Amino acid sequence: MTEQHGTVRLQSSLARVRGMGSAKGGTHHWWMQRVTSIALLPLTIWFVFAVAGHTGSTHAEMVTWMARPLNAVLLLSFVLISFHHAAAGMQVIIEDYVRGEMRMFLILAVKAACWILALVSALAVLRIAI
Amino acid sequence: MPIIKDARETLMVGRRTDGTRVNRPLSPHLQVYDLMQMTSGMSVLSRNTGIAWTLGLVFLVWWLVAAAAGPEAFARVQWFFSSFLGILVLAGLTAVAWFHTFAGLRHLYWDFGHGYHLPEVMKTGWAAIIASGVMTVLTWLVALISW
Repeated sequence: MTEQHGTVRLQSSLARVRGMGSAKGGTHHWWMQRVTSIALLPLTIWFVFAVAGHTGSTHAEMVTWMARPLNAVLLLSFVLISFHHAAAGMQVIIEDYVRGEMRMFLILAVKAACWILALVSALAVLRIAI
Repeated sequence: MPIIKDARETLMVGRRTDGTRVNRPLSPHLQVYDLMQMTSGMSVLSRNTGIAWTLGLVFLVWWLVAAAAGPEAFARVQWFFSSFLGILVLAGLTAVAWFHTFAGLRHLYWDFGHGYHLPEVMKTGWAAIIASGVMTVLTWLVALISW
């Protein structure tokens, strides 16, 4: 217990410096949302215009484009970070509006769906690229 | 009598003059706000476009899996995306993606500690709306040219 400005703090000095709070997560979730959003800025702009520029492409042309190493790596990054960002955002919305046991169930369900879909997409890109 | 489902509700219980129990409204109360104003409207839209874009990712997965599966599967996706419903979905997702991107950019600007004064909030809000409109049109111009 440390005393400061006349108020008694129930948090130890070490706990206060670590700043992890009672959930022991600190600002990690919030910070990762910002990090993924910054990563998604260039990736989304690239993806949207790349796809818009391929509306007339045949399957063979599309696959050739996807198989190029740079495109495949950017596509993988876009898909994986998108699902990370989506799961993090959906979690916050669920935490805001859903109460009780349903809250944890929904968060885990969304995370499971995002995990599976991210891996399915990654496998598809890798199959095309390799 | 309303049943208490959450411990926090005990803080919101009041009694009428005849003694019957009522749940007091949460504060701030939604009805007193104009939800179409720039601050709350953008906040609601930003969240909802996030949900829509999350659902839209399923189409992206379908598209990628079909491309990996082969020409027949890819033809089916392309058939859907060039149908009336498909174009409606894609147009919606384009707008949603751009809006969420620009609304997110506004949030990052706030995270750096800028833009909290109301005139700036209005300006960046309009900028996000106009920019997402312009970029949606631009995206579809590129899409139509390459069609």
